[in-house]
Amino acid sequence: MKNIRVIARLDIKGPNLVKGIHLEGLRGLGKPEDFAQYYYENGADELFYQDVVASLYERNSLHDIISTTARKSFIPLTVGGGIRNLQDIRDVLRAGADKVCINTAAIRNPEFIKEAVLKFGSSTIVVAIEAIKQGDGEYLAFIDNGREYTGVEVISWAKKIQELGVGEVVITSVDREGTGMGYDVELVKRVSEITAIPLIAHGGAGKLKHFVDVIQKGKADAVAIASVIHYNFVKNNRIEMANKTEGNTEFLESGRHFTRISEPVSILEIKEYLNEHHIGCRI
Amino acid sequence: MNTTLDVGFKKLETEKEDKVAIIDYNLGNLFSVYHACASLGYNPKITNQKADVIDADYLILPGVGAFGDAMDTLKRLDLVAPIKEYIATGKPFLGVCLGLQLLFTESEEFGNHKGLNIVEGVVHKFPSIDKMGNILKVPQIEWNQIFLTDKTKWEKSPLNCCKNGDFMYFVHSYYVLPSNKSVVLSTTTYGLEYCSSIISNNIFACQFHPEKSGQHGIEIYKSFFGQNVHAL
Repeated sequence: MKNIRVIARLDIKGPNLVKGIHLEGLRGLGKPEDFAQYYYENGADELFYQDVVASLYERNSLHDIISTTARKSFIPLTVGGGIRNLQDIRDVLRAGADKVCINTAAIRNPEFIKEAVLKFGSSTIVVAIEAIKQGDGEYLAFIDNGREYTGVEVISWAKKIQELGVGEVVITSVDREGTGMGYDVELVKRVSEITAIPLIAHGGAGKLKHFVDVIQKGKADAVAIASVIHYNFVKNNRIEMANKTEGNTEFLESGRHFTRISEPVSILEIKEYLNEHHIGCRI
Repeated sequence: MNTTLDVGFKKLETEKEDKVAIIDYNLGNLFSVYHACASLGYNPKITNQKADVIDADYLILPGVGAFGDAMDTLKRLDLVAPIKEYIATGKPFLGVCLGLQLLFTESEEFGNHKGLNIVEGVVHKFPSIDKMGNILKVPQIEWNQIFLTDKTKWEKSPLNCCKNGDFMYFVHSYYVLPSNKSVVLSTTTYGLEYCSSIISNNIFACQFHPEKSGQHGIEIYKSFFGQNVHAL
């Protein structure tokens, strides 16, 4: 039986963990290291840090957060955001990441991905596709965290990524991201049908049944999860912000509940649910 | 009283003087291996120096990446003979992922490449279709289970801290096929059943990444270091 990976995705702005909707309207939730440690201790199969404003400001400032996490969390750590050249990859790996995730630089310069694969090996290079559904039903890939139009069509881009030799693909539905409405199963299915490398589905998980849908119907090999587990953590823990100047802290200070995610759950609850539905995963 | 205890504890955690060498051949994530050793109180040296390799009390060959490149680099750094010399002394050796595959006679990765030939056998690529005719995603990037082949062998190995069927983190496109089945310590199934770790005298090597397999994986390092160097 195939084993599905449950990946905790942590979007980071400056020193804070943030969460938005459609990758926008970022809310500050707390220190990413605290969330990462909790997920490591509570069944996450991997951690995924994404610097959500790195490409926009052409920076990559996660090094301290990466190295703190790498010293304490003995599961794979993928880092994305603002990686533009081989030196950026080397720096992120040196800080303690196991894999790097690239979107903007991959679309701008596919040759860079080829070089990166040759230099660091397929399994170190992950490419992210941020997809937005168009009026005609086709999907287009966006860059700079879903902000910038490229005109690149998702399916042909996914084929190209595979030819470049990368180890896995993350497919984000920008339309669903942060909404809790469920993964875009159609999008994931279309991409998984044409790829022979592992596929991580991201964007939209809000209820337990969404995971089963995207795995069974969408044929995802792994699921990346943010809101449902973050709000579960927030609900059960007292949170401290690393820095109040980055990200909107009103949400935490007001003590409100997140309205779009009606069923915050823990990673363990997700895994138990998968097992009940005959989907293999590590518990 | 508390202060004394604190100091005592710190001593225990930081003052392990055994020399641990992690071979640096410009491939893969050495830092996760480093952090795993450091979490157990060791101060490993990431090195490509012959003397460090030979003098080590524990030698670790990690690696993610291409077999041919790795062998070329080991040759260029003149590390092939020191690794063999170290292994011949009988001191504990750990190979991880590519560090397992490199021990073998040859690999079919991108043509044919000769390995260190310390363990007889070949390295094959996963098929793209499994026995049922389904597409097999390659590389395997998965937490997968390890199963013992021989209980006595398992209990004497660094896997003695694990339960039969424990999950470990794997990321690889190639698997090893030893000629001598008696070196197979565990098997794993991905499209087909294959050898996921070996043990042969002082050599322990695994396809999975114990340093990325959570607390269970760290226990494997602990039990690797638990082997008494001087008794061997």
